[in-house]
Amino acid sequence: MAGTTAPSPAGVPTNVTQGSQTKGGIGESTLRPDGTLKVTGEFAYSSDMWHEDMLWGQTLRSTVAHAEIVSIDTSEALAMAGVYAVLTYDDLPAEVKNYGLEIQDTPVLAHGKVRHHGEPVALVAADHPETARRAAAKIKIEYKELPLITDEASATAPDAVLVHEGRDDHHIGHVPHPNIVHRQPIIRGDADEAAKKADVIVKGEYTFGMQDQAFLGPESGLAVPGEDGGVDLYVATQWLHSDLKQIAPVLGLPEEKVRMTLSGVGGAFGGREDISMQIHACLLALRTGKPVKIVYNRFESFFGHVHRHPAKLYYEHGATKDGKLTHMKCKIVLDGGAYASASPAVVGNASSLSVGPYVVDDVDIEAIALYTNNPPCGAMRGFGAVQACFAYEAQMDKLADKLGLDRVEFRQLNAMEQGTIMPTGQPVDSPAPVAEILRRVKSRPLPPERQWEVADGDADVRELPGGLSNTTHGEGVVRGVGYAVGIKNVGFSEGFDDYSTAKVRIEVINGEPVATVHTAMAEVGQGGVTVHAQIARTELGVQQVTIHPADTQVGSAGSTSASRQTYVTGGAVKNSCELVREKVLEIGRRKFGSYHPAWATAELLLEGGKVVTDGGEVLTTIAEVLEDEAVEIEAEWRHRPTDAFDLVTGQGNGHVQYSFAAHRAVVEVDTELGLVKVIELSCAQDVGKALNPLSVVGQIQGGTTQGLGVAVMEEIIVDPKTAKVRNPSFTDYLIPTILDTPTIPVDVLELADDHAPYGLRGIGEAPTLSSTPAVLAAIRNATGLELNKTPVRPEHLTGTS
Amino acid sequence: MDFLRPASWEEALAAKAEHPTAVPIAGGTDVMVEINFDHRRPEYLLDLNRIGDLSEWEVGEKTVRLGASVSYTKIMENLRTELPGLALASHTVASPQIRNRGGVGGNLGTASPAGDAHPALLSSGCEVEVESVRGVRMIPIDDFYVGVKRNAMEPDELIRAVHLPKADGPQQFSKVGTRNAMVIAVCAFGIALHPETRTVRTGIGSAAPTPVRAREAEDFLTAALEEGGFWESGAPIPPSVAKQFAQLASGACNPIDDVRGSAKYRRHAVGIMARRTLGWTWESYRGNERSAQCA
Amino acid sequence: MRVNFTVNGREQQADDVWEGESLLYVLRERMGLPGSKNACEQGECGSCTVRLDGVPVCSCLVAAGQVEGRDVVTVEGLADYAKQRAEHGGCGTGACGTSLDAAKQWEARPADSQTGEGTQLSPIQQAFIDAGAVQCGFCTPGLLVAADELLERNSEPSDADIREALSGNLCRCTGYEKILDAVRLAAAREGEAV
Repeated sequence: MAGTTAPSPAGVPTNVTQGSQTKGGIGESTLRPDGTLKVTGEFAYSSDMWHEDMLWGQTLRSTVAHAEIVSIDTSEALAMAGVYAVLTYDDLPAEVKNYGLEIQDTPVLAHGKVRHHGEPVALVAADHPETARRAAAKIKIEYKELPLITDEASATAPDAVLVHEGRDDHHIGHVPHPNIVHRQPIIRGDADEAAKKADVIVKGEYTFGMQDQAFLGPESGLAVPGEDGGVDLYVATQWLHSDLKQIAPVLGLPEEKVRMTLSGVGGAFGGREDISMQIHACLLALRTGKPVKIVYNRFESFFGHVHRHPAKLYYEHGATKDGKLTHMKCKIVLDGGAYASASPAVVGNASSLSVGPYVVDDVDIEAIALYTNNPPCGAMRGFGAVQACFAYEAQMDKLADKLGLDRVEFRQLNAMEQGTIMPTGQPVDSPAPVAEILRRVKSRPLPPERQWEVADGDADVRELPGGLSNTTHGEGVVRGVGYAVGIKNVGFSEGFDDYSTAKVRIEVINGEPVATVHTAMAEVGQGGVTVHAQIARTELGVQQVTIHPADTQVGSAGSTSASRQTYVTGGAVKNSCELVREKVLEIGRRKFGSYHPAWATAELLLEGGKVVTDGGEVLTTIAEVLEDEAVEIEAEWRHRPTDAFDLVTGQGNGHVQYSFAAHRAVVEVDTELGLVKVIELSCAQDVGKALNPLSVVGQIQGGTTQGLGVAVMEEIIVDPKTAKVRNPSFTDYLIPTILDTPTIPVDVLELADDHAPYGLRGIGEAPTLSSTPAVLAAIRNATGLELNKTPVRPEHLTGTS
Repeated sequence: MDFLRPASWEEALAAKAEHPTAVPIAGGTDVMVEINFDHRRPEYLLDLNRIGDLSEWEVGEKTVRLGASVSYTKIMENLRTELPGLALASHTVASPQIRNRGGVGGNLGTASPAGDAHPALLSSGCEVEVESVRGVRMIPIDDFYVGVKRNAMEPDELIRAVHLPKADGPQQFSKVGTRNAMVIAVCAFGIALHPETRTVRTGIGSAAPTPVRAREAEDFLTAALEEGGFWESGAPIPPSVAKQFAQLASGACNPIDDVRGSAKYRRHAVGIMARRTLGWTWESYRGNERSAQCA
Repeated sequence: MRVNFTVNGREQQADDVWEGESLLYVLRERMGLPGSKNACEQGECGSCTVRLDGVPVCSCLVAAGQVEGRDVVTVEGLADYAKQRAEHGGCGTGACGTSLDAAKQWEARPADSQTGEGTQLSPIQQAFIDAGAVQCGFCTPGLLVAADELLERNSEPSDADIREALSGNLCRCTGYEKILDAVRLAAAREGEAV
């Protein structure tokens, strides 16, 4: 070509695509940008915040679950030396006194009554945490206890006390009782008619316990009053802008006067989707004029956030002799506790995903969430879908057994695939390799038997159920194997305007092009910041990327939940990078277009800090194009819109994408003592495209382990008589240790979803679904017991409940 | 709150005499939890860390004198031969970090039925050396636990050491928790064979208001072993004997239902652990007998 | 009360310490060393693990008054501690570690974009980054102190050894697989270096 400045090097393909030659771009296991700070102890988590002259905030919480507040006396607390403020409901500064994710039903401080054990009633600010604790203990509250609503029967009894009187939210019109937050039926086909074709029918009743997110960094943050009457808040959250929308009105401040910055987040898993100490710290800071830090301890943390909804699930499935599902009927009752939180969305997921990843044309489904006086429940990894998966996978095993079919083959026979119509009438329009992921976990060789045997017939107790506690040297130990598969929706569904915002800047620093990515995405450990840098490298052909701290000075990124951030904020970063790239090329064309025809005719890319043609020809450098100029674009990006589900039939294109994982669990059970050791928990999952394979595997292993936890040990125990939490500590709420966690081999499939950026699939939640039922299935396989409740306790395995 | 830091045992006794409500703190693994969680605000904390000899032990001809603050880690690492039951129990205590700090004195001072050391202490038949400015007392372990989280000590006394007979036969310890590590006992069982006296001693944790021995089970087994000439023959224990022993151990429990486990389960599990630990100790005894005969 | 002790090789002094304060609180709130984490404050999670006279302990369960005159190493001093160990088998000289002034100048700022590049890391710290053992990172400091101590006394640990040594440290993000990888990696690298 005439005028070519340099011939294309031999071997370069003619159609170079953007990012294909980038180092550290998508598809590589680049390392976390915050890794060094996290291993040196310098990474500033919300509980590490410190400010000259700061005070400590303390929350006084209700000691009873449901009661009228007869009186509150704060005088003694206020009189204590070192105490700067004591606040109750009467001190709230604005008209708005409630907050809530979807329904603003949660009082900032209890007003007139408390609805659950541990509800915040008063606040103290003092110069030392011990002073604040002592002062809080001196606040006198007189309660008059009210009848308790603790389950479906008490909630919907004709004379039931209403947990919330005078409801005016948008669900009250379609629920059968004011103690029901939301109800979502799904009717498709004719389940009763289809049941007549069934050769076998299996009915089951299942109970799912209340799980806690148990993130390791308790709720905490620092509020610093500003000179303008506003406040700066440093906090660990999953969604800065959602917090902001709830915080500003109760402070009586415009949103721009509440400046939020994300501090280090010690895990989240849904537990930071709701407000915890945010408003309380701001109120105290504004009242005292001093910075206020609040840090929950582990005990308070159990009251400081919502939990996973416990559930009762009633299922009926039918199948023909040749193993085809005929119909499914179910009712799923989720206990939402005292406040709505994310209950409506949990209901939507539970009902729309209640069939699981299977083809069933005739269904009759109902899911409800209750208002009770139990602890509020809301978002936790996989919500709604987790509970349903536990039940439908137990049903699948029972059906297969009844038909005399192999459990995995029976699932494969009914597995959904691309093109399957969901119970909601929505077609599955991207790959759904359900049968394939099952095949993969099944084909993996089984771990050798009796791995605990060492020389001389001795046993390494660390490899046995009971571990170091030395309960068995092999006696009573039986192996079991179980399988499960699940389906989770990705992103916010049901017509929610699910978008994210990214501000991307490119400029030349010391002769090198540097990109800066600024979003409000909450990095909670998932590695979103790693992926953003990779996307910027891929899309802008630069090496150096700076991740700007997340704050509210940029548009909303939406929540770090629903497996959505890599999809949605990743999509926003990609989109903004593309817009920036176009702008850079435009500047290039303006400056250099007349020197080389390729500027006008070729597809131009940014690679290795240079402007190149898709034939690989270098035109110039980004530095030369930009010189002193910077290009910065902030843009919103949204995925395909979704629709609400019809309130009567449940029909509607409610979801944007699905995520599928399958597990095989191998367990060894001490059948006499009822102790379980999971030996291996292998997973196969379709991730669409692994933007960072190392992080993908880390997410899958972490999600798998949380599923294991709720299979064998994790449960918040609420006393049915008092509705009080009985085990709010890490001594009695147990999460898996490294000795409880088996090897977790992961098989990653990458079948692109053409609707999503890079073909990726949200991955965070799916592994949490199938892990639990796989472990349960394996324990059933080892013991021959039915086990319809999770977590399984030693009592259940030994008949000693 | 006041923090007392005696530099010697005598100073500690004087401080405890002057402030009988002072709470001794050594490893801190019980006391600090209560302080961190605002369950307790003692007037005085009495730090025992500076008293070096509390962390030392002496192996004598017949007994081991174990300082109250000798860490569980040290017991595991150094006293496995002399005190096998306690070494096994020590290994089940919480986590490595806790085992590095906690010692038997803390378990005895707290006297919680869930303390991991108790079954081993009971089955060994040890004595607790407590002292005040008034003098030293040796309290037999059988008399030490007097109620729920109450022991036989006077307010001015401190635990100085535990005197444990060196094992004269196999010992075992087993503990049920709902996790494979770092777990508080749902219930626990300790057993020690004493071939020299041809007796068997046991200890049960977390299955009664206090740590207890399964005395009927011990008596039954001691008699059965004697009558059957098992000590001499080293013959396998008949399943019927093991079963009866397990049932009697179960029967010695007086447990409650709580968040960690049901009473019914505790009874059941103690029986299983009794049967299994008896099997392990007896196999070990038989093995030793056989190798002794061969030699 | 006043407490004097050595942290990461430097003499430190804390004044006006409340008698019920833990070593963890003093490190975090008085010494400007928030690397040790406050996840449970009951010895169940190991996030606050430090070396006390060389022994790994939960700093939340050590009363501040108990560390008078003793020697503490936190995650902030781990790189220096490991370096000293590699060079001359210990850090008794007081020459290593963070200076008092440097420690007191520490102030938690909102996470900035600094990545800490160029920081000297111990082998176990580097291995945690490389193996993907860090997600939210809250358990990381405690795990690093515990894992470093394991490798100090056992340079070729088996998987069961690793699991046992780290059984007092809870992690909620990773499922522990990559933490095992990191310890194996650090051990292998150390083995190669010798």
